[in-house]
Amino acid sequence: MSGRMIVDKAVKVVLFASAIISILIVLAIGFFIFRESLDAWAKIGISEMLFKSVWRPGQDQYGILAMIVGSVSVTFGAILMGVPLALGCAIFLAEIAPAGVQSIVRPAVQLLAGIPSVVYGLFGLVILVPMIRKLNVPGNSGFGLLASSIVLAVMILPTIASIAEDAIRAVPENYRQGSLALGATKWQTITKVVLPAGKSGIIAAIILGIGRALGETMAMIMVIGNSVIMPKPLTANPLTFFLSQARTLTGNIAVEINYATGLHANALFATGVVLFALIMIINASARWIITHDQRSSEKAR
Amino acid sequence: MIGERSSEITLAHTAKTRNLKTEHRVQKFWFSLMWLFGLITVLILILVIGYVLVQGGKAVNWELLTTPPKGGLSGEGGISTTIATTFYLVGLTLLIATPLGVSAAVYLIEYAGEQSLSSKFLRTMINIANFAVETLAGIPSIIFGLFGYVLFVSTLKFGFSLLSASLAGACLVLPTIIRTTEEALLAVPDDYRRGSLALGATKWQTLSRIVLPAAMPGIITGIILSVGRVISETAVFYVTLGGSYRLPTSIMDSGRTLALHLYYLAMDTRAFDKAMGTGAVLVVMIFLINLVINLISRKLTAGVRKVR
Amino acid sequence: MKYAKKSLLVVLSGLMCLALIAACGSKSTPTPAAPVAEATEAPKVTEATEAPQGESAISLSGSTTVQPLAEKLAEAFMAANAGVRIDVQGGGSSVGVKAAGEGTSDIGMASRDVKDTEMTEFPNLQVFVIARDGIAIVAHPEVPVGDLTVDQVRDIFSGKTTNWKDVGGEDQSIILVSREEGSGTRAAFEEMVMGKETVIAATAILQPSNGSVRTTVSTTPYSIGYLSFGYLDESVKALSIGGVAPTEPNAADGTYPIVRPLNMLTNGEPTGAVKQFLDFILSEAGQKMVVEDGYIAVK
Repeated sequence: MSGRMIVDKAVKVVLFASAIISILIVLAIGFFIFRESLDAWAKIGISEMLFKSVWRPGQDQYGILAMIVGSVSVTFGAILMGVPLALGCAIFLAEIAPAGVQSIVRPAVQLLAGIPSVVYGLFGLVILVPMIRKLNVPGNSGFGLLASSIVLAVMILPTIASIAEDAIRAVPENYRQGSLALGATKWQTITKVVLPAGKSGIIAAIILGIGRALGETMAMIMVIGNSVIMPKPLTANPLTFFLSQARTLTGNIAVEINYATGLHANALFATGVVLFALIMIINASARWIITHDQRSSEKAR
Repeated sequence: MIGERSSEITLAHTAKTRNLKTEHRVQKFWFSLMWLFGLITVLILILVIGYVLVQGGKAVNWELLTTPPKGGLSGEGGISTTIATTFYLVGLTLLIATPLGVSAAVYLIEYAGEQSLSSKFLRTMINIANFAVETLAGIPSIIFGLFGYVLFVSTLKFGFSLLSASLAGACLVLPTIIRTTEEALLAVPDDYRRGSLALGATKWQTLSRIVLPAAMPGIITGIILSVGRVISETAVFYVTLGGSYRLPTSIMDSGRTLALHLYYLAMDTRAFDKAMGTGAVLVVMIFLINLVINLISRKLTAGVRKVR
Repeated sequence: MKYAKKSLLVVLSGLMCLALIAACGSKSTPTPAAPVAEATEAPKVTEATEAPQGESAISLSGSTTVQPLAEKLAEAFMAANAGVRIDVQGGGSSVGVKAAGEGTSDIGMASRDVKDTEMTEFPNLQVFVIARDGIAIVAHPEVPVGDLTVDQVRDIFSGKTTNWKDVGGEDQSIILVSREEGSGTRAAFEEMVMGKETVIAATAILQPSNGSVRTTVSTTPYSIGYLSFGYLDESVKALSIGGVAPTEPNAADGTYPIVRPLNMLTNGEPTGAVKQFLDFILSEAGQKMVVEDGYIAVK
């Protein structure tokens, strides 16, 4: 065997090793975080952790329900504001905007995606929080779900918009032509033909946006208030729910990990396991929707 | 082109059908709304970036950029050491992630096809590897932080250091590099490979002399994207880098990146002006990175057109 | 050839697994004294880097209250001793105690007394009180209330009193700002003000450092929080307690009720540069800097 063939084989092995590095990393992440959390599950108890809302490490009380509810609430708020805007933006970019406008809006979306989350956090802290504080509701500090939802909505906007735009663009052109030829208006074509055809990609975009929202950390610490409390309306008006402070799972980890030792630290790793599990479920469902749809559309053909 | 044509078709139909008139009004309403949404997106960008640049611009001057921070948590001094630390960290992270990511992508694209024919074990591994890359891409950064904290900071006793942070950061950017490199490799026409192989070159010679150079702009795009990712990242480094604002003199030293410094300034001091200034520096960096990526991709598409 | 390829693969993946196992194995033997704490090891570790000859490096970690003072002291000390490099990191008091006890930092910082449980875990800990620090109750500058009793403070922070009008202010609800669990300032505040029974209300905004408490209180109308004396400035209103203003003299003579020690900890007797640095802190020049920063000198 010639020298260069040996090199060829050696390279192949090295490349293969690199290729499985990501597997090792995923396994290592899962392994280490789970191992560190084991003590917490064993000593505190799974139901005690997941279904109790009192988090008081000083007294060995480690319920993370308040943080789960906090994460879900703030994500819900962000979806409520961000998804219509993002989808509108995606439809605009893919179907409506003239090329000149596209060349302004698309880089804008791209740039929004690149801005560091601390910059959004700073913006929220300096602009949004004082603005929200002006709402005259007893107990309103400005920090809380509303401020953090708005910040998050802006942060997930580019994620959802760009993936959804790709999904819409992927709809074959003859679908549109067919619809238009049948006498439908352009808007009817978009709503009745293009969007249903790109449905799975759009849903996947939203789900990935949810994942992004659940995982955001620093911007949340800066504007949500970090109170360990089940978010609830401040007054009889249910809308004041969004003025309530809260804490996210991510914030719980970041804020306390540097202060934590012993069981407290284990409980924070357990928080990480819960977050990890949530994100995995969400991403897996996005993937399932995409592949399932691919398969069914292949069958249809 | 197609857009114009279809609107002509729509117009033609409107003239014929009465019902289409209302439909057209509905369309006008929704189209205006979509325009509004596009406009809002641009407005948000202008609002956030404009505010940070205008407010931060006031604080940015030569002195801020060239003096180190001092005075503990009082927010005195400039940001010079944090700029340097940011570059150190970017360099170190990419030094680790780029070879790994590019090799992984090369294997997954260039070798996976032939392997999957020969061995069930390899086929499974490749499927799992693809799944793992996707999983990595979805993991929130604080989880990478926790991982880096427990493995590199405490277990391997690297401490809060550039080394720990860049290892954790490399895990974070690995999927970005792998995915962009894969795309770049897929864009290289198969004729290149066949031509080279037909001339008697080995697979590796073909890859290193023909395919990789052709894919280089795409690979560089991935690397630059990762640079942006590391510059913007906070959560990972918040729990692995330590946060000392002194200039690190070795990879075992703790440090503070620009984004981290912004966080500390905004949270721990009342130096909001300096926080904004740091934000402005960050935004300008990200803007430049986006610019470069757009330039490369424009050149790339232009090149592809020429080839065709 | 095929066999060779496969065996190489096996060897390679085996090596990787070994590396991982070695990584886990290095800490899979828990010390009996701290079976729980073992799980995460000491956070803020600054492994003293191999300094060039003639130089030495000191690492400090722990309380964010002591941190800014320590950073200034370190800057002064390094200016006078060119060969010494000092790295100061935060982490909180509990981390400071642990880092010193396990030797991951040369000096640990704690803004509270070392607990008995910690002393049994790390029997060799040497405690150096470098300063005393009052904890001031601070409010947003526009709050008209200037004086509260300790009982009133307790009622406010426990959530029993929720409106400023109940303590002589406007008819506005009180916004609480507190510190994280694990914070030395919080522990000292809880010990000296809240007592064992009452806890800080869950509705409180929690911030991860003294600095961020100050920022939040100074920018949030009708808010109240607590701060180390060293962080007091014109941006927040420091309330007097039972008529006694939170000033350094009042704390030094014992009339101001909320005072705690700021400690530096070493594992065993300090030597070399570490001893020099501690001596410097306790010297006249060092203690002068302590006072300049609003803390109470110990000498």
